[in-house]
Amino acid sequence: MSAQLFAGDVTVGDTVGELVVTPTEITLFRFSAMTWNPHRIHFDTPYAATEGYPGPLVHAHLHGSYLARLVVEWAGPRSRLTRFRWQNRQYAVPGDELRITGTVTSVDGRLVSCELAETNQRGETCAPGWATVELPEKNS
Amino acid sequence: MLGEYEMVIERGKVAEFARATGSRSPGYFGDDAPIPPTFLVTSSFWAPEGEDALVQRLGLNLPRVLHGGQEFSFPGRLPHAGDRLTVRLTVESVTEKAGRRGGNMTFIVLLTRYLAPDGVVVAESRATTIERGAAS
Repeated sequence: MSAQLFAGDVTVGDTVGELVVTPTEITLFRFSAMTWNPHRIHFDTPYAATEGYPGPLVHAHLHGSYLARLVVEWAGPRSRLTRFRWQNRQYAVPGDELRITGTVTSVDGRLVSCELAETNQRGETCAPGWATVELPEKNS
Repeated sequence: MLGEYEMVIERGKVAEFARATGSRSPGYFGDDAPIPPTFLVTSSFWAPEGEDALVQRLGLNLPRVLHGGQEFSFPGRLPHAGDRLTVRLTVESVTEKAGRRGGNMTFIVLLTRYLAPDGVVVAESRATTIERGAAS
C-alpha cells in the first residue's frame, strides 16, 4: 500500500520520489493492445527503421502514464489529482532506462504542484510534466 | 464537434491499464478502482467510427504526425470503475507555425470532455497533435 500524504506534509523543493522503468517490446505490445493503438511504429522494428528510429517507439501516452504514476503513487490513494500535463520531447525505445523524478514547486493549502521529468540513460529529457494534487486534511 | 459517444469505465480494463504501465498499486484492482489519470486515452476504442475515421476527417498524414503533449484536468474525483461517461470530442484550435528546419507545422488541439450522466464535466483532455509539413 502506498503511503498517504496529508496537507502540511510537503514543502517546496521536496522530491516526488523516483521511478525507474526499462520498457521492453512486450511492454509496448501490451500498451498498444490496451489502448487499441494500431500504429506499426510501436511494434514493428523494420517499419520503425524506415522512419529512422533504432526500434519501436514508447507511446506518448506511456511516457505520460509513467509521469502520472509517480505523482499519484507518491501522493497516496486519498489524494486527488486535479491537473496533469506533459510534453513528448525525445523518443525512447525498448531497453532504454527511463528515470521519472519530480520536485514540489508550490504549496497552496491542500493544493501541491510538482514538476516532473522522465529522463533516459543519456540524461536527455524524454518527457517533462506538471501535476497538481489536492491532499486530504490530516484529521479527515 | 467531431463526435459524441458513451464510454463505460470497466473494472478489468482499469486493472489491465494499471498493469500495462507497470503499476501494482492495490487501489487499481478493486471493485471501486479509480482510473489511472491517462486511462481516458482508451476512450477512442468506444468511438463508433473508430480512430482511423477521425484521422481521415482531420485530414492527417499519419507518418507526419507527432503527439506533442497532453493535458488532463479533473474538476472532481477521478472517474471510477462502473462509471458511464459521455465523451464529447471537438477541435479546440488549429495553428500554423514555421518549423525550425523549414516547412510548416500544424498544431491541432483536440479537446475531449467527459461528462457524468447528470451532465457534469468530470474530466477534460487537451491533446496537442503536430503535423509536420513536407520539408522545403
